[in-house]
Amino acid sequence: MTSEVVAAAPVPVPGRAQRVREIAEELRGLRGALIPILHAVQEEFGYVDPPDVAVIADVLNLAVAEVHGVVTFYKDFRRTAAGRTTVAICQAEACRAVGAVELAEHAKRTVGCDFGETTYDGRITLEEIYCFGNCALGPTVQVGSKLHGRVTPTRLNTLLGESR
Amino acid sequence: MTHPTPPPIPTPTPTGAPGTAGPTTATPAPMPGDTDAPTAGAQHTGAPATSFGNSHAPAQPTTRVFVPRDSAARSVGADEVAERLAALHDTSAVVRTGSRGMLWLEPLVEVETGEGRVGYGPVAAEDVDGLIAGGMIEGAVVGPYLGLVDELPWMKRQQRLTFQRVGVVDPLSTTDYLAHGGLTGLRAALAMDPAEVVETVVDSGLRGRGGAGFPTGIKWRTVLNADADLKFVCCNADEGDSGTYADRMLIEGDPFTLIEGMTIAAYAVGAAEGYVYLRSEYPDAVATLKAAIELARAAGWLGPDILGSGFGFDLHVRVGAGAYICGEETSMLESLEGKRGMVRAKPPIPALEGLFGRPTVVNNVLSLATIPTILANGAAAYAAYGTGRSLGTSVFQLGGNVARGGIVETAFGITLGELVNDFGGGTSSGRPVRAVQVGGPLGAYLPVEQFDLPMDYEAFAAAGAMVGHGGIVVFDETVDMAAMARFAFEFCAAESCGKCTPCRVGAVRGVETIDRILTSTAGTDRAQNLVLLEDLCELMTDGSLCAMGGLTPMPVRSAVRHFGEDFQA
Ligand SMILES: Cc1cc2nc3c(=O)[nH]c(=O)nc-3n(C[C@H](O)[C@H](O)[C@H](O)COP(=O)(O)O)c2cc1C
Ligand code: SF4
Ligand code: FES
Repeated sequence: MTSEVVAAAPVPVPGRAQRVREIAEELRGLRGALIPILHAVQEEFGYVDPPDVAVIADVLNLAVAEVHGVVTFYKDFRRTAAGRTTVAICQAEACRAVGAVELAEHAKRTVGCDFGETTYDGRITLEEIYCFGNCALGPTVQVGSKLHGRVTPTRLNTLLGESR
Repeated sequence: MTHPTPPPIPTPTPTGAPGTAGPTTATPAPMPGDTDAPTAGAQHTGAPATSFGNSHAPAQPTTRVFVPRDSAARSVGADEVAERLAALHDTSAVVRTGSRGMLWLEPLVEVETGEGRVGYGPVAAEDVDGLIAGGMIEGAVVGPYLGLVDELPWMKRQQRLTFQRVGVVDPLSTTDYLAHGGLTGLRAALAMDPAEVVETVVDSGLRGRGGAGFPTGIKWRTVLNADADLKFVCCNADEGDSGTYADRMLIEGDPFTLIEGMTIAAYAVGAAEGYVYLRSEYPDAVATLKAAIELARAAGWLGPDILGSGFGFDLHVRVGAGAYICGEETSMLESLEGKRGMVRAKPPIPALEGLFGRPTVVNNVLSLATIPTILANGAAAYAAYGTGRSLGTSVFQLGGNVARGGIVETAFGITLGELVNDFGGGTSSGRPVRAVQVGGPLGAYLPVEQFDLPMDYEAFAAAGAMVGHGGIVVFDETVDMAAMARFAFEFCAAESCGKCTPCRVGAVRGVETIDRILTSTAGTDRAQNLVLLEDLCELMTDGSLCAMGGLTPMPVRSAVRHFGEDFQA
């Protein structure tokens, strides 16, 4: 979930394919290794690049299409780098009951991008999440890896201001 | 750390005036200076005498202070409170626990006194200096003083079996676990035949807490009787339902209970390996559970020879990747196998052909975490709780627009109204309650007129609703129920696995139809579209492969039925 990638757009990292292969080989012995491998690759590089898919498919002896199918099925796996800070706003029912929809509108206006998008300067990626299990203390927002409860628009402004 | 100069005390309440302070004065305030208080000598207010006890001579033990590390408590500042306490009091005496479940009081600080633990909450980091100066460490009536936590009406009215240790123990202390009755259930199980363990679970009446309410013992019996080279136990910790967080709180607050329950399940059915499928939205739970598994292995509670019994079982955590449908058991199994989370048609049932085609127990976190208490105290003791065919206790979760949100574990049979009004205290906005959704995003919206419904699987089903995982989400009178119904379809469209048409296409059609109802100008259009909506709901209910498509009509239909006025343009 957390991505500490500096660049806003995918740039080929030298030696990336080699490193992806190492990760995949290290984890291939696990039962159902594909998803743990994808998590590990994303943890290290911030996103799963199409060339990574071919490497992983090779190590696991799967069709590239199969790995691609998995990458695209799950919302967690990104195909491009995220902004420097990911701001995820819960949009599920319990948070909606206390103003999560209005909070999201405020966030989109303030940040200047929609859910699933990154600001032009690569500073913030905005995301919608369905439930962090913080439903008694909503609206809930995750900034980077830190969870915040009872977030008002004012409080969100402060949090956004801190994420530079 | 430097000695703090005592700042002004936040709420100067006279110390030692029992029953005069705090919103809930259930018991007399514990008096500083009581005989068996472990920190006699640190009584005077002002600079805490205890703060130099950590680096110097082995002085008297420092008073233990408890601060939750539960992620809900952390979301409102528990880490900062714990840090400040550690700086002023004594790092090693600040114990991080799970949450007691009184989430509106978080961060809730507890201090150990001769009579028990005294609570203060909510506490902000900025308050800590003043509270310590005012004698909080000695249990003084100061600031948001609450009295003995176990005596608070909210706690006293509950029957905590599954959650007995949550918020009480250090989740990663094996000694704490044993001191609070841990492993009693596992030891009892290992002294029985596997079949006897299964029958104990059958007799307890325990039904799956993940939503469908299928009897756990019957499921285990099927796996026990299946013949295979390898069997699995899988814990469904996907907890994707909005308004539910008991699985998360149990894992963060008492992970050894889940490990113990899974080990008993493995012994009962003859499984050698276990997997916990834990959603990625819960990083704290993932970290706590992984750490607990390591500790359990080191203690011989997992591994090739558990507690010297010769029985071997090992456990692994798998992190989900952001797909609601992976909470559906067959979809979860596909995901565990490293595939897209596409729902499998049943039969074959997972009990016979589950993970990698082997007989597999799939149970929810709470089902498994309830097993140790059943084995420790016997089936009859558990079955004595509850009503009708809903036996034992259930962990209800209050969320949304509710004044006192949190965890309530009581016997089945308590009414919806008691939970929302008595425990929850109505809405947090102060406006009247208009609707509550019970059982997650696929559960029904109920009006206050149905607050006398008892929490009971059958009673809810008869009312066109479901108990599900026990989540209760409260909405006040400002809620737009047509918007909530529309959201139910939107959610289904976004989260559908896509395998069958009624769900994949139906949900999209549902959004369109509601939009037409709301924007139609001529009354006939609206009426026609309401008929179409009902038709669509019927088709999805009858024609979907799994409950994602099959139950999405439940919130929609209940919204139309009980809040029809919101569907006028
Ligand atoms: C769409 C959908 C989502 C589900 N999500 C969960 C979940 O998050 N956790 C869970 O335990 N069960 C969930 N279930 C129920 C499981 O399929 C299954 O019945 C349950 O895990 C069995 O465990 P139990 O018998 O202990 O309840 C879901 C079912 C459906 C149809
Ligand atoms: S009902 Fe929906 S989620 Fe379930 S199998 Fe069909 S398409 Fe998949
Ligand atoms: S609904 Fe937002 S955290 Fe659960």
